[in-house]
Amino acid sequence: MKISATLGLAIALVACRQDMHDQPKYKPLAESNFFADGRASRPIPENTVARDEPIVNDTYHTGNANGDFTARIPVTVDMALLRRGEERFDIFCSPCHGRLGDGNGMVAQRGFRIPQNLNSDRIRQAPPGYIFQVISNGYGGMPDHADQIPVRDRWAIVAYLRALELSRSARISDVPLEAQSQLEAQR
Amino acid sequence: MPQFFPRTSTTIARLTLLGGALALAAVACAGYLIVESPYETRQDVPREQPVPFSHEHHAGGLGIDCRYCHTTVETSSFANIPATKVCMNCHQQMWAVAPDIEPIRESYRNGRSVLWTRVHDLPDFVYFDHSVHIHKGVGCSTCHGRVDRMPLTWQAESLRMKWCLDCHRDPAKYVRPRDQVFNMAYTPPRNQEEVGQRLMSEYHIVRRTSCSTCHR
Repeated sequence: MKISATLGLAIALVACRQDMHDQPKYKPLAESNFFADGRASRPIPENTVARDEPIVNDTYHTGNANGDFTARIPVTVDMALLRRGEERFDIFCSPCHGRLGDGNGMVAQRGFRIPQNLNSDRIRQAPPGYIFQVISNGYGGMPDHADQIPVRDRWAIVAYLRALELSRSARISDVPLEAQSQLEAQR
Repeated sequence: MPQFFPRTSTTIARLTLLGGALALAAVACAGYLIVESPYETRQDVPREQPVPFSHEHHAGGLGIDCRYCHTTVETSSFANIPATKVCMNCHQQMWAVAPDIEPIRESYRNGRSVLWTRVHDLPDFVYFDHSVHIHKGVGCSTCHGRVDRMPLTWQAESLRMKWCLDCHRDPAKYVRPRDQVFNMAYTPPRNQEEVGQRLMSEYHIVRRTSCSTCHR
């Protein structure tokens, strides 16, 4: 009697958990016995269009304008966009290109093919639409990043890259007077 | 009538009663200790994976941001495990023939998923959302610990409900500025309570202890 009571107590404390914990439902990326490929999260069928991201052949989605790379960034460039671009550049580009864009990122230092110096004349003169397409489709040894970076963030990165390039060849006299002293103080 | 029992039997009977009660209490204590131990919670226990992926190397050594791979963490309840393609962004060139990474290359070739072992498995009756925690200033390392120092990944906290409630009852103890959320090395300032109170009003954080906050 006592033994069964203690056993019962022990079981109640330790072992009765699983039913509610592991319910017959799928969480994201869970394993499934139902589908042949074992994935609960189904691959997106080809040509599926997301309701909030329609496929439109406009400049914003393609980086093209009149059959060529767009020379204008098709979103409003303001400080918020540049800050967003800086953050996204540091997340997605800097591992290879380096935070300064000079191609000296950590992954490149560890043996990845040395990437493009983003401060080179070729990139400086490349139109925004070209940069956008390289992020979207990749280039040379660089794989595409379309799945990782949403369209708007790609434009933010393009905008930030322009600011970064500017800063790499800027002189202190290019900076507004009131900001100069601030920069000097930080040195 | 003669005595059946010697005088000592009274003591024995008392001790038996007391011992029984103590034994019950001991079993309850042991059960509690087992339930709260890493054996049950899996806290601090590195998990075997098909590929010995090291956050210490990728996030710590190389300094790759969490979001390079866990892209949905800011916008979704679920912080995704990266697709094989994301691994291959670098590993098409680096360690391209290393045997350890063969399951990744195989997955890339044949399109089948890598069967990673889930490290943080909340019970199915808990509805946790990463994005809201991040936007309210809960740092990655607050819950996940120093992932950048984990050669194999483990669960840094117990994930017990009382652990969740510790913060939900008093968020000021833990919240940090939004721009520090992904900083693994962040250490709370000395006046955390004060900073926390300020951030709570700035980010509109309220104490959430209603059952249906997490259980729906």
